[in-house]
Amino acid sequence: MAVETPLKGNIGDSIKRKEDDRFIRGKGNYLDDIVLPGMLHMSINRSPFAHARIKSINTAAAQAVPGVVAVVTGELLAQHKLAWMPTLSGDTQAVLATDKVRFQGQEVACVIANDPYVARDAAALIEVDYDVLPAVVTPQQALQAGAPLIRDEKEGQKDNHIYHWEAGDKAKTDEAFAKADRVVKLDTFYPRCHPSPLETCGIVADVNPATGHATLYMTSQAPHAHRTLFAIVAGLPEQNIRIISPDIGGGFGNKVPIYPGYVVATAASLLIGKPVKWVEDRRENLISTGFARDFHMSGELALRNDGRMLGLRVKMLSDNGAFYADAQPTKFRAGLFHIVTGSYDLQAAHVETDGAYTNKAPGGVAYRCSFRVTEASYLIERLVESAALEMKMAPTEIRLKNFIKPEQFPYMSATGFEYDSGDYPRAMQLALDKLGYQELRKEQAEKRKKGELMGIGVASFTEVVGAGPGKHYDIAGLRMFDSAELRVHPTGKAILKLGVKSQGQGHETTFAQIVTEELGIPAVDIEVQEGDTDNTPYGLGTYASRSTPVGGAATAMVSRKLRDKAKKIAAHLLEASEADIEFDHGKFFVRGSPSKSKTIQDVAFAAYTNLPDGLEAGLEGVTYYDPPNMTFPFGTYLVVVDIDRGTGQVKVRRMVAVDDCGVRINPMVVEGQIHGGLTEGFGIAFMELITFDEEGNCIGSNFTDYLLPTAWETPKFEMGETVTPSPHHPIGAKGVGESATVGSPAAYVNAVIDAVGHLGIRNIDMPVTSDKVWAALNEKGAAE
Amino acid sequence: MGQPITVTVNGEQRSAEVEPRLLLVHFLREKLRLTGTHIGCDTTHCGACTVLVDGTPVKSCTMLAVQADGQQVTTVEGLMTAGALHPIQAAFKEEHGLQCGFCTPGMMLTSVALLKDNPDPSEDDIRWALSGNICRCTGYMNIVKAVKSAAVQMKAAAEVPAATAAARS
Repeated sequence: MAVETPLKGNIGDSIKRKEDDRFIRGKGNYLDDIVLPGMLHMSINRSPFAHARIKSINTAAAQAVPGVVAVVTGELLAQHKLAWMPTLSGDTQAVLATDKVRFQGQEVACVIANDPYVARDAAALIEVDYDVLPAVVTPQQALQAGAPLIRDEKEGQKDNHIYHWEAGDKAKTDEAFAKADRVVKLDTFYPRCHPSPLETCGIVADVNPATGHATLYMTSQAPHAHRTLFAIVAGLPEQNIRIISPDIGGGFGNKVPIYPGYVVATAASLLIGKPVKWVEDRRENLISTGFARDFHMSGELALRNDGRMLGLRVKMLSDNGAFYADAQPTKFRAGLFHIVTGSYDLQAAHVETDGAYTNKAPGGVAYRCSFRVTEASYLIERLVESAALEMKMAPTEIRLKNFIKPEQFPYMSATGFEYDSGDYPRAMQLALDKLGYQELRKEQAEKRKKGELMGIGVASFTEVVGAGPGKHYDIAGLRMFDSAELRVHPTGKAILKLGVKSQGQGHETTFAQIVTEELGIPAVDIEVQEGDTDNTPYGLGTYASRSTPVGGAATAMVSRKLRDKAKKIAAHLLEASEADIEFDHGKFFVRGSPSKSKTIQDVAFAAYTNLPDGLEAGLEGVTYYDPPNMTFPFGTYLVVVDIDRGTGQVKVRRMVAVDDCGVRINPMVVEGQIHGGLTEGFGIAFMELITFDEEGNCIGSNFTDYLLPTAWETPKFEMGETVTPSPHHPIGAKGVGESATVGSPAAYVNAVIDAVGHLGIRNIDMPVTSDKVWAALNEKGAAE
Repeated sequence: MGQPITVTVNGEQRSAEVEPRLLLVHFLREKLRLTGTHIGCDTTHCGACTVLVDGTPVKSCTMLAVQADGQQVTTVEGLMTAGALHPIQAAFKEEHGLQCGFCTPGMMLTSVALLKDNPDPSEDDIRWALSGNICRCTGYMNIVKAVKSAAVQMKAAAEVPAATAAARS
């Protein structure tokens, strides 16, 4: 029965964002905007060396500065058993160094003062006497016999090896390689980079000395999980800890871990009895907090002469820095890197991973990707490009020949993932049509005759996002479910409270739209709240593109729960049997007589004023959603580049992005997410690099050295979409926040290799800077 | 010791005694509690702290408060007039030119200065003018659209009174 639907904000509506009203007025409330009465300020003294033994720390001069309230050292923390803390990967990490410093920028001592300038002045006056030790700056170096032992304090740790982890079937893969006509190999390094949200990390810790209640304002992507970890680390009763994650100025994974500064500020507030604020400066952010990637990868593809892939063999060595503090599910030592079979029907695959300690910052996070999916996607898409080149096949043809076919879904991959849904050929075809691929190939051939370098890059990625299911995926033991609590008030307006936490993704708008779709309450009437652990149901937070797959599913399910109750009330109001009540876009009516209806607002009012006998009052509920599977967004990205032979400069002429993230809740917001990811992918491919000299000095500690794309360099994007709903998600959505960062780096680099492959160049590692391109051309005698 | 300064911030004279080393951004955020101006990098790269000083975009993290003595400073809080959004504010929302909102005040102020000098900017003009302001979320496409859209709005608004005046004469 057709019912009129005048409501705004249903799924598929590009309504404008509710959160923007405060941001465009400068009325957001970010961490550094918070000021509490009597608040003190903290500044950290950091190690100038990558590896050194601490002989002594003299804090007298710092303590003598007027305005300094306290100086905190590792020794003081050790008295409270807080000098070390557990990491998200089951290792330990120094909060403040007591024995050695193990990376440049490591936290050594903290000054608490009544003014931030004073705190900084005093921190610089702390005298630390170091005995400098040789630094280990690559994982290869770390694993050599006789390499300096970085974690000498760890019982039983005799070398710098951290973990060995495998996925897939080795014997079956060896068999596939034995049968292959040829094997194509690619060694590539995905360098260390940094998420660099524009807002750095920080905390305002406010521990009430009388009650022991700790209110911690934190730049946290996962406030509930952080509350539990704080309870465990600091030994505070969990009911006394309230974490409030205010407006967050971008996260991209950087705000998933717990950093030493958070712990010291909390301890200091507890000891001093006053609120303590700590906000990193940019240098601190770049040299000490959650880096990303740093994977040395080697891939081999076994192929038949006709281009059919038979098997994949991957070895990966990760550089985890001085403490194994990667944010990832416990069972998976290299995150979800074993999604490396990508979009291809690979019957045999074997993935071997090892990790090593180095004298570099710890805390590998997935910079806008789901637990290392980016590295995996990059390797397979680059490897397929190599195979196409060596076999003289078109990069589109080899992909089409090997894609998992639409009819093969659900598809069990050789490394153990069950892909939910997909139509890879359709997404690729749409991208090719949008680009005008054939015409550009003709142009490329013409240009090549004239000696001009032009390339077309293809990448057809598949992601795995939206963790849980809880029985396989956890963070520090906490199952990766998520939650939604919905309260519909008597006047028909609602509050939705979530366990996830937006960092700019637009949850206040898009999650309201899910309720609008399910209950018919206009989005404008729904307030979405997140980030306050006292005021929202428990959840694991926002990262790994999990908000829509898990928190969004919880929102749909709690709305349906309320709809079921609303039906009972509607039946009572309409004097009909519940079985005869139908619901369509905010209206309940008796089957067959749509003119006799009650709106959701009528029903909400009745839930508090006019209930049938025996029914509980209220229209409120909470759902904890544990997804039955992950979701698998995919797409094809195409990039056209022109390369200057004289300078090696690469210009991105065009970029076409076709994404399939299942059902799109708010297409405007989805496209915005993709634009952002394509730009970060562009930065990673061509600009962003955190590197180190042989002494372990970090090169990339400010935005002069660590280059981020501006409006000037960033290409313009041409967008396309296909929609293949996730069969197990209540509204068919898959998550989209990270697809573009995952898929685009390989597309950019493949375009460069496509331009120079005929000269015999097979690989240029990221960032693909002009000097590297020119050197590669020059080596082949092709530079000008 | 404090040094007396008087700065006109968003049209209002503000006097204070400040340490000579106090950065303008800290003067605005901490002393005047105008927290719409953000700090992103401390080194003049990111532009989150951009304000207008006598109409020119300046990165307030590398200017001292004492250098602003006697000058006019406009922050994001001064963009609205008589309760109405500035066209650039309306356009950023309309075109989805912001996500986390952290770069937005600086982006908008740089855009306002651009549109004052160049009321009809090309795409390249806009991208060049904004190249000192980093956004990590949007990929700039919708920011460029917002600036173009604000330019059209502002031009139309400027033409209406002119046309009315012409009709009267």
